[in-house]
Amino acid sequence: MPEREFLVSPGPHLWRGQSVSKIMYIVVLALMFPTAAGVYFFGYHALSVIVVSVAAAVLTEYGVKKLRKRPFVMDGSAVVTGLLLALILPPTIPLWMVAVGSVFSIAIVKEAFGGLGHNIFNPALGGRAFMTASFSVEMTTWVLPMGFGADAATMATPLSSSFVWEADKLSLYRELFLGNIGGSIGETSALLILIGGLLLIALRIIDWRIPLTYIGTVALLTLVWPGVALPIFTSPWEDALFHVLAGGLMLGAFFMATDYVTSPITEKGRIIFGIGAGILTVVIRLFGGLPEGVCFSILFMNAITPLIDRYIKVRPYGFKKRVRSES
Amino acid sequence: MKVPENKLTAESPIEPIPLPEKVIIPLHQNIGAPCETMVKRGDKVLTGQKIGDSERFVNAPVHATVSGEISATTTVINPPTGQPAAALVITSDGKDEWVELEAPEEPEALSVKEILGKIREAGLVGLGGATFPTHVKLSPPEGKKIDTVILNGCECEPYITSDHRVMLEYGEKVLSGLNIIRKVLSPDNVYIAIEDNKADAIDHLEKLIVAMGFKEDFKIIPLKSKYPMGAEKTLLNTLLSREVPIGGLPLDIGVIVHNVSTTKAIHDAVFEGRPFVERVVTVTGVVKNPKNLLVRLGTPLRSLIDYCGGIDGKASEVILGGPMMGISQPDLDFPVTKGTSCVLVKESRPIREQDCISCGRCLEACPMYLIPTMLAKYTKAGRYDECQKAYIADCFECGACAYVCPANIPIVQYIKVAKSELIKRAATK
Repeated sequence: MPEREFLVSPGPHLWRGQSVSKIMYIVVLALMFPTAAGVYFFGYHALSVIVVSVAAAVLTEYGVKKLRKRPFVMDGSAVVTGLLLALILPPTIPLWMVAVGSVFSIAIVKEAFGGLGHNIFNPALGGRAFMTASFSVEMTTWVLPMGFGADAATMATPLSSSFVWEADKLSLYRELFLGNIGGSIGETSALLILIGGLLLIALRIIDWRIPLTYIGTVALLTLVWPGVALPIFTSPWEDALFHVLAGGLMLGAFFMATDYVTSPITEKGRIIFGIGAGILTVVIRLFGGLPEGVCFSILFMNAITPLIDRYIKVRPYGFKKRVRSES
Repeated sequence: MKVPENKLTAESPIEPIPLPEKVIIPLHQNIGAPCETMVKRGDKVLTGQKIGDSERFVNAPVHATVSGEISATTTVINPPTGQPAAALVITSDGKDEWVELEAPEEPEALSVKEILGKIREAGLVGLGGATFPTHVKLSPPEGKKIDTVILNGCECEPYITSDHRVMLEYGEKVLSGLNIIRKVLSPDNVYIAIEDNKADAIDHLEKLIVAMGFKEDFKIIPLKSKYPMGAEKTLLNTLLSREVPIGGLPLDIGVIVHNVSTTKAIHDAVFEGRPFVERVVTVTGVVKNPKNLLVRLGTPLRSLIDYCGGIDGKASEVILGGPMMGISQPDLDFPVTKGTSCVLVKESRPIREQDCISCGRCLEACPMYLIPTMLAKYTKAGRYDECQKAYIADCFECGACAYVCPANIPIVQYIKVAKSELIKRAATK
């Protein structure tokens, strides 16, 4: 046998070079918009929650990989999970709880299932669900945006039944849009979430189908439902706009429901996912025991994603439906 | 899908390279049956002399590409199939004495049967890389009407410019060959598909069409430069909005696609009686002077690379064909064969497979609308029957999925494994 002079590798011999880690860091970049809003409105509290959550996520990923004797790759996915978890936590939550939640997200929701690509549930949402069950008081204590200055004063979130708004409707929408309102660290500013989300769509990192169908379904259902969320609303349009802007819908629709691993792979499947999450969110908001339903709706849709992928097929090129003979 | 074009040699005129000292002629250079040898060791042969042929219909004969002596028989691994094939080695006498070419007095008066005979005798196969015998493609089954003929000048693979140069430098012959096809099949429409990154070729052929009086017959359609535009099925979809049924051929919807280099060779075969003994090969990548070369079939790759000044830069792979669908070679002893359009020398891509993150980029990239990542997953799990249900046979291995995959999964490789496994199973049933 002649000596091999050259490498023989499978084709194609070109690669686009958009690696998993590049994608993850682009997502981190896009998340900097809602993160900036969170830090602006909730100051040191928000910043420390974010730092603890990200650090705990990355360290846990490192530790679990070592335990599983797998190579640790700083692919950015743990950063995304840690950051996302922080953005859906109340600003004043004790930091040790943040660490516990972040460790749970990575160790249990992600790595116990086999790591990136094998997890059924969105790790950040799984961690939040765990924290909701474990720390119910702290997870439902909300504060007014206080920036870096004043002390935290509690305030109900817009979707809570105890929420009252004394000023006019326009200023309510303005605050919901800009983010100067009670809520999780990264969910309050619809504007900055939109900037980050549209950036990801423009860069073709996420599929527009999920956010569009998800938010669209919530808007449509709250539009046709006769009741209104707040007594100040006089038309169903106002109610629908409120449901779109309030709570975690925007953040969830752009950054959580679009998680590759836990959402369907086909375009049709993604539309079903978005509509399903939208229906569940409205059902929980209007009839459930919780004020907000984004987290659990997406988790539920995560659970049925393997089913969607099993039954929703793509029509292959050249496929014709079998024509039944007339005779 | 966009791929970097890297057409380094688009401006380089075709250069004939000196005759090699020896040529290696594999007896199996087409899809279909292999040839049987017609010569033995020690025989003297002339350039253009037929040295291998077969009784089978789906076959094309092979010819001596230099004059000299049959000095050895050997075995080569044929790239597309990966199967070993017998090959003849001819040591050149340096004289390049040709057999007498039988140029017809009145080529226009030839009957369809005579034309097909000449094409077969010349050993013509599809030169875009598929190497399907041309006379078979031009013989549709009885009662099958071909309404459209497409001349494929897309050349969508990065780096390759051989078809591009053939259109520019042999444009008359390309069109004359196309006209022969038109005579054989009498289609209603003849389209010439060229990607818009070859504006000079579009212009040139446009002018020739007018000059040669084909204005009523041929229509050039410039297409966006996209990969894999040049693949038959993609091309039909783009050009005619027609899809070939699953498992079928363009023939099934009344279309036949031919490559520009093939029609040039058809002209040579029919008008000059010239057998197919040389072709244009792009030699590119990290060689000192990338070029388009006119090369006798059977010339070892080493001669081509030496002629281009040798390897110049970091290189770990030599690829026969383009970077997307080409096949890497272990050494430079392999010869140029009928299907060799390009020799590419380059650094390997990084290969570090990660787990699939289900991003769906491969679905978007797949021209056959398959779910490539599922095919890879089924293959890993050994579930070949699932691969079959997911239409794995329709994959023509363009590599678009693996090109875009962020997890760097060699999807095409998995698909090839599953396909060969399925073929084995079907054979043992």
